[in-house]
Amino acid sequence: MWTAIGQAFSMVFEPYTLMVMVLAAFYGLFVGAVPGLTATMATALLVPVTFFMPPIPAVAAMVTATAMAIFSGDIPGCLLRIPGTPASAAYTDEAFAMTRKGQAEKALGAGLVFSAVGGLFGTAVLIVAAPALADFALNFSSFEYFWLVLLGLTCAIFISTGSPVKGVMMLLLGLLVACVGLGNPAGFPRFTFGNVEMTGGIGMIAMMIGMFAISEIIRYVVDTNPPAELVVEEVGGVLKGQWALAKKYPKQILRGSILGTAVGALPGAGADIAAWMSYAMSKKFSKEPEKFGTGHVEGIVESGAANNSALAGAWIPALVFGIPGDSITAIVIGVLYMKNMNPGPTLFTTNPQNIYAVFLLFIVANLIMIPLGILCIKVAKRILKVPREILMPMILLFCVVGTFAINNAVFELGVMLVAGILAYVLEANKFPTAPAILGVVLGGMLEENFITSMIKSNGDLTAFVARPIALCLAIVTALVWFAPLLLRMLRKPVRAV
Amino acid sequence: MKINDAIWGFVLMALGAAVLWAVRAYPNIPGQPVGPALFPGLIAVGLCVGGALLVWQGWRARSEGPWIEWEDWVRSPRHTKALVALLGSVVFYILLSDELGFFITAFLMLVTLFRSLQVAWGRSVFWAVVATVVVHFAFYKLLRVPLPWGILTPIAW
Repeated sequence: MWTAIGQAFSMVFEPYTLMVMVLAAFYGLFVGAVPGLTATMATALLVPVTFFMPPIPAVAAMVTATAMAIFSGDIPGCLLRIPGTPASAAYTDEAFAMTRKGQAEKALGAGLVFSAVGGLFGTAVLIVAAPALADFALNFSSFEYFWLVLLGLTCAIFISTGSPVKGVMMLLLGLLVACVGLGNPAGFPRFTFGNVEMTGGIGMIAMMIGMFAISEIIRYVVDTNPPAELVVEEVGGVLKGQWALAKKYPKQILRGSILGTAVGALPGAGADIAAWMSYAMSKKFSKEPEKFGTGHVEGIVESGAANNSALAGAWIPALVFGIPGDSITAIVIGVLYMKNMNPGPTLFTTNPQNIYAVFLLFIVANLIMIPLGILCIKVAKRILKVPREILMPMILLFCVVGTFAINNAVFELGVMLVAGILAYVLEANKFPTAPAILGVVLGGMLEENFITSMIKSNGDLTAFVARPIALCLAIVTALVWFAPLLLRMLRKPVRAV
Repeated sequence: MKINDAIWGFVLMALGAAVLWAVRAYPNIPGQPVGPALFPGLIAVGLCVGGALLVWQGWRARSEGPWIEWEDWVRSPRHTKALVALLGSVVFYILLSDELGFFITAFLMLVTLFRSLQVAWGRSVFWAVVATVVVHFAFYKLLRVPLPWGILTPIAW
């Protein structure tokens, strides 16, 4: 184990990796701070570049960029009242109210410091939980995996906001897209329309760049709202008073971090949902709930910690089972496969140094967040003034070239464009995108384990619940599906009385 | 563009039906009870059931709004033009990048987009040249992506 840890250190503290991390950090801070560019988009746009890197620097770039982007999303929220990424939306009004009261430093500082604290907490849980789960998962057969994937997909639907029917529909569309091509247990070409390019399946990276970047560009182009005005000219020292806050709100920090990690680890829910839930929780348990919404820092401390801890939490199921905890890890999993670092329990036994390196990367990324974050806050005014009418077309060109670079084929550009338009239209109609992405990523795995299990049991469905762990997973899955119905049925007689 | 759920439901049901039609002739894996048709078949059934639910929900909510509702940008020529320029430029790249080459296609694409977003001519041309050259250098030279030269092949470097 110690040799593996030593190897991990030498992989992470190599000049090339460190350089990649610093560049990715600046990139992440920038993308997060520009409203309309999300952390998921940052990850999707990184893929074509990481394509040409060795595995560890590639992962380093993604871990660093996303951690930075989730923090720096607080900056425009605080100064412009527009969240830089959806993960900051929960407390944007609160942070802006603080700015109005002349406390922009305190709000930004709290966002920065407690982002790092939450991120480190999530990392600690990742370090403890992932290897233990992997040990356990080594006993899993196709039956357990089938239920596990189904449970993950189920969570993705029920945790996302809005209509569950629409969530299920998006999930099925994602699964259907995953069916295209030869990549199925029978090796039979499905839905290829005689097209050679389609036999390899629909390119996941092209699709994700479309869904997360092109759709955002479309949203920017058709946005008729006038640009927001900057209210603060100078932002001073942001670290002042943060230690006092940490001493005042230790319970809130811990609660936010725990909730964030847990929500992150649930498939389909990421930093944004973690922030909303923990802001609500903070208000509910606060001694002074009446102050929430008037520029009170408590909620920012708690949900700022939550959204960054969710990032690390999302990696737990991603590394152990190959089930992404959020849309960012869905992209990461695609990259891991390209890098021959196939996620799954065996990753922990065959190449432990890679896993330790990932843990280390998380720690380093969350530590360098503080100095680089302070720097970013100092130049925030300039970043917010970057003309987006210049930036957006350049991002489009980058999407086009980046997507082309995956396979050197213009066919992928068509996939990107269609995915972008569909994502935009579907989202405008309140169809959630997270279940679709999970469906695409997990479709192959779900079908493979389903078909393998069917063949093993010779078509006997009872075999799916014959093993104890499989039975437990099946019961939990069923509970998630039917709990809302059961609750409603139990409540009705009470109401009648 | 907001479309009533009932229309979405119909579209999804139609998709489900089309999938069922497409997989009906798929062969089974020899000697096995299952085949490549099973999984997409189950998905298709799900699409039909869910689509029907959406039709029902949408029909009940039909009085709440029009069948199809457009957002504000549709009435703003500036925004519709920008959207057309955005989508058109990607299609333009897909169709012509091989023939015209990366430099010309990317440059034209950027200038069109900048102009549609109200950037002045001088700045448009300046930034289009800068971005094209930088992206070409980064992807062609550093990452070795074979971006097409097209009609500029004689001067390729």
